[in-house]
Amino acid sequence: MKAHILLEDGTVLTGKAFGDMKTVLGEIVFNTSMTGYQETLTDPSYAGQIVVMTYPLIGNYGINEKDVESDKVQVNGFVVKENAKFESNWMSQGNLSDYLKAQGVFAISGIDTRMLTKKIRNQGTMKCMLTTDEVTEDLWEKLKHYSFPTNTVEKVSTRKIKHIAGEGKHIGIVDLGLKRGIIKHIEALGCSITIFPWDINYDKLLNNHLDAVLFSNGPGDPKDAKHAVRTAEQLLGKIPLFGICLGQQILALALGGDTYKLKFGHRGGNHPVLDLKTNRVMITAQNHGYAINSNKITKDIEITHVNVNDSTVEGFCNKQLKVYGVQFHPEAGPGPSDANIIFKQWISILDEEGDNA
Amino acid sequence: MPKNTNLKKVMVIGSGPIIIGQAAEFDYAGTQACKALKEENIEVVLVNSNPATIMTDDHMADKVYIQPLNQEALTYIIEKERPDGLLPTLGGQTGLNLAVELKEAGVLDQYNVKLLGTSLEAIQNAEDREKFKELMHSIGEPIPKSNIVSSMEEGLEFAEKIGFPIIVRPAYTLGGTGGGIANNMEELKKILHSGLMHSRIHQVLLEQSVAGWKEIEYEVMRDGNDTCIIICNMENVDPVGIHTGDSIVVAPCQTLRNEEVHMLRSSAIKIIRALKIEGGCNVQFALNPESMEYVVIEVNPRVSRSSALASKAAGYPIAKIAAKIAIGMYLHEIPNYVTGKTKASFEPTIDYVVTKIPKWPFDKFGYADHTLGTQMKATGEVMAIDRTFESSFLKAVISLEGKDTGLRREDLSKKTDEEIEKMLYICDDQRIFVIAEALRRGITIQSINRITKIDSWFLHKINHIIEIEQRLQNEPFTVELLKEAEEMGFTDVEIQALSNQPISTLDTLRRAHNIYPVYKMVDTCAGEFESQTPYYYSTYEQEDENIISKKEKIIVIGSGPIRIGQGIEFDYCSVHAVWAIEKAGYQSIIINNNPETVSTDFDTAGKLYFEPLYIEDVYNVIRKEMPKGVIVQFGGQTAINLAPKLLKRGVQILGTSVDSIDVAEDRKLFEQLLKELNIPQPKGCAVTHMDEAVKVAEEIGYPVLVRPSYVIGGRAMQVVYSEAELREYVKEATSLSTEHPILIDQYIEGKEVEVDAISDKEDILIPGIMEHIERTGIHSGDSICVYPPQTLSQKVIDTLVLYTQKIAKALQVIGLMNIH
Repeated sequence: MKAHILLEDGTVLTGKAFGDMKTVLGEIVFNTSMTGYQETLTDPSYAGQIVVMTYPLIGNYGINEKDVESDKVQVNGFVVKENAKFESNWMSQGNLSDYLKAQGVFAISGIDTRMLTKKIRNQGTMKCMLTTDEVTEDLWEKLKHYSFPTNTVEKVSTRKIKHIAGEGKHIGIVDLGLKRGIIKHIEALGCSITIFPWDINYDKLLNNHLDAVLFSNGPGDPKDAKHAVRTAEQLLGKIPLFGICLGQQILALALGGDTYKLKFGHRGGNHPVLDLKTNRVMITAQNHGYAINSNKITKDIEITHVNVNDSTVEGFCNKQLKVYGVQFHPEAGPGPSDANIIFKQWISILDEEGDNA
Repeated sequence: MPKNTNLKKVMVIGSGPIIIGQAAEFDYAGTQACKALKEENIEVVLVNSNPATIMTDDHMADKVYIQPLNQEALTYIIEKERPDGLLPTLGGQTGLNLAVELKEAGVLDQYNVKLLGTSLEAIQNAEDREKFKELMHSIGEPIPKSNIVSSMEEGLEFAEKIGFPIIVRPAYTLGGTGGGIANNMEELKKILHSGLMHSRIHQVLLEQSVAGWKEIEYEVMRDGNDTCIIICNMENVDPVGIHTGDSIVVAPCQTLRNEEVHMLRSSAIKIIRALKIEGGCNVQFALNPESMEYVVIEVNPRVSRSSALASKAAGYPIAKIAAKIAIGMYLHEIPNYVTGKTKASFEPTIDYVVTKIPKWPFDKFGYADHTLGTQMKATGEVMAIDRTFESSFLKAVISLEGKDTGLRREDLSKKTDEEIEKMLYICDDQRIFVIAEALRRGITIQSINRITKIDSWFLHKINHIIEIEQRLQNEPFTVELLKEAEEMGFTDVEIQALSNQPISTLDTLRRAHNIYPVYKMVDTCAGEFESQTPYYYSTYEQEDENIISKKEKIIVIGSGPIRIGQGIEFDYCSVHAVWAIEKAGYQSIIINNNPETVSTDFDTAGKLYFEPLYIEDVYNVIRKEMPKGVIVQFGGQTAINLAPKLLKRGVQILGTSVDSIDVAEDRKLFEQLLKELNIPQPKGCAVTHMDEAVKVAEEIGYPVLVRPSYVIGGRAMQVVYSEAELREYVKEATSLSTEHPILIDQYIEGKEVEVDAISDKEDILIPGIMEHIERTGIHSGDSICVYPPQTLSQKVIDTLVLYTQKIAKALQVIGLMNIH
């Protein structure tokens, strides 16, 4: 069945619908990873967005129940050049089409995704609609009046407090759209973990005998996550704080820094990040549309990592207040594992503290 | 860290003559290295024994030594030049081995020459089987498990532990007597019994067999500060068991999950770190298709054939960056020459599919063993790029310049189903065509997968091509079908033949619905950043991003894959043509499909099209660019064969006219010409069928020299001594070349002399006359020749010059000519 992509700038692209064919709206973004479509689809940071894959063949190795970053598909829509007619991998349990259909997600194939990517590169991320309906004035009106939701964190966060037992340090995670990979990596270091909903209050957090609090990744504008920013402010100096992606931006805001929207963001598995301490580059997985404004850095923020491509802030710390954040995804999923080391570094900061005490 | 300022002069070792497994890619690598070093104001001393290379051009290095590549010659040069550093990692195995020799002989220490890029220890750790095993063990990276056993019990216990299949190699036996591959306990008991019995010391090596596993390659780079990046990962369509140089390879990996891709990536990085290589390195893995289990098969601690492929596939100049790293620069300080904005410390991400297919020499050596295994037989390779796997694959098939314009082969279509099924068990150069035929016959993908171990994903893709074939044959010919066939890489001739439509219908539909290829850029970043590389491939999709210059343009047709009779020399010519065109103020455009060459480097020509050198693809580029003219004379036989077809389509061929080429190549016309010019020639005749051949040979008198016309490298040239032999030859040769006749010549035993000349239609220049040491009848490409001539009298030379002048004038040669 024919399907259309409508963009804010008036572009209409036509392809073939698959998945669950209902009209959807969202912010169109592109991802340059050549593998990991299932991890991308289930990454809560993509909640509300329509994702274009730049690699043309998607679905080659099928779908399985293990390669997920959350318990459902989070994207609003999915755009590919070719949806694999046949999948092959020993772990595959089904194909992409059936999976998206079952998950209620609309997808389009047969699109010149390179052209679309270049449009997004030049225009910036845009409002977008996927539909099988005939393109009418009404649809354009609908697109025009659409505005990006500001409460996506609330939608993707856990409702209940969850605990994972472990022998080591006790890490509290404020779930703003937490990826499973983060839990897996911290768990692997022997930590016990408690996961809290996005609207947890700081005093409640502190009642849990935590050794540190991690603000997780998540979707949207950090300035929309006001509750989390306030929580972070209240925790400053009381307990070591870590932040990943959105979590890092929230820590920066709590420290008096500022954030801004990037033209088309960083989404892929090939982003070079320079560690200023070692002068060594890590290749990292990234997925963010906002960044910390390096022109409005306060004395409380010490930059530790920068992006080699565009010099944006990729990590900072405040040693005194014990605040550490990274913009990239040390848990990868999908992407390279170079930055896995960050989790170890963080936990060892806590260990040192323990030794000093 | 800035570059090592102690390095003022660096010696680069080339790779010597082309051999199987070491072809043009090292000219490409060496040339890049020389350019990269000179950019940093380092004096470059280059040593190579192969003159048919761009790197030995006098403006590539500051000093070029065309000398034998041995310890003695290099020691002499080092003593004389006193370089500060030696860069051995860009000259293939030859360069690496020489560096080891020089280091071990104390030459490098004696003259205080620093080994750049890779330490002696790293080379030894990668090359020495035992040391490699130890190193992998120490960093916890798996290699095929093995154990030496001396009893049945020990053997069975080991098998219990590692599973099957197991390779059994008895110690101290001749040619592996008593060994074999065991697939289960029963077989192992039998083989082990015989193995232990045959071994003089009752010892048997048991090794885990990974044949049939997925073969995956990673190209890794590391700088002196331990930053590591992957340039490209590649998946061999042919599983472990066939040398990667003889395998069809695609980039990126198609059937690996994200977790699998990154598991192997991490392993590759761990290995390059352990080896402490500063530069590029290639790591090959075997990955179990049924689990996450993998083993490291091989590590090349240098720039390799795969690096050249990865460079062209990803658009990342590996050799150039490796040279910069070798002189102490860090990856994040080196610019990404493709985007011009970002740095070299990132991982290319691609938004297309790359297919490499090896070029085998079996068309020249019909009787040679065509089966493929662990020893490489290919002389060269072709690469193709497109946005669908099917088209990328078909373009590569077409680029091979066999007679194939698709996956159909007439001789296979005549075989029975049983014969086809049997052929599936043979790994040889025609396997993909056999697979295609098997799918046509309805042999299931599962059984082909079971027999060949080729991943079902690839088989399904080939099957999709067969489905399109069948739709073209059976369905009404519609615009949609035409579009789909084009998107999947079908050539016009195939579409016509299958759909039985005249070319005019195709043309009408094309024009009415604007079904023409568009061109997309190879930019290392999948469109994320604006890029400046003028490196394009064609595809049938929506947006054309090809920027057409307003400047006057000249297109140079490249020479395709390296094969017997067509080495790098034609690439050398093409590159020089490009430079001359640029110097004359035109935009130079090159079309080629060989990833191993300097001509396909994105900064060689003003613009590069990576396309099959097939008339339809070449003409599409010409239609787009509207060049002032096209040069075919530097692209070897490949380009020459295109000339008449281009002329027919109204393309301006620069240089010697197509008519003149025809006179020179067509036996009868050439005979006529020599007669007119009163130049003597061997008695001979072109024949088209058996009776004629026998009659002509009798007239001339045996022995006669026979060969097909219009070929290079003397394919199937033979001295024939009797009618029986002649009949045998003609019977085979006609199936070799149906379009052109067979030539029968008087065999004159004597001296063979070659004259090379350049002509501008008025004057000619003869840079050299070369004298062959071997007698006539030995192909000139297989003869030792000397320059200047040693035994020719002035009178003979004068006659040669006179004849050359006469022929050049008569043929109105503009450009190069060569007379034997």
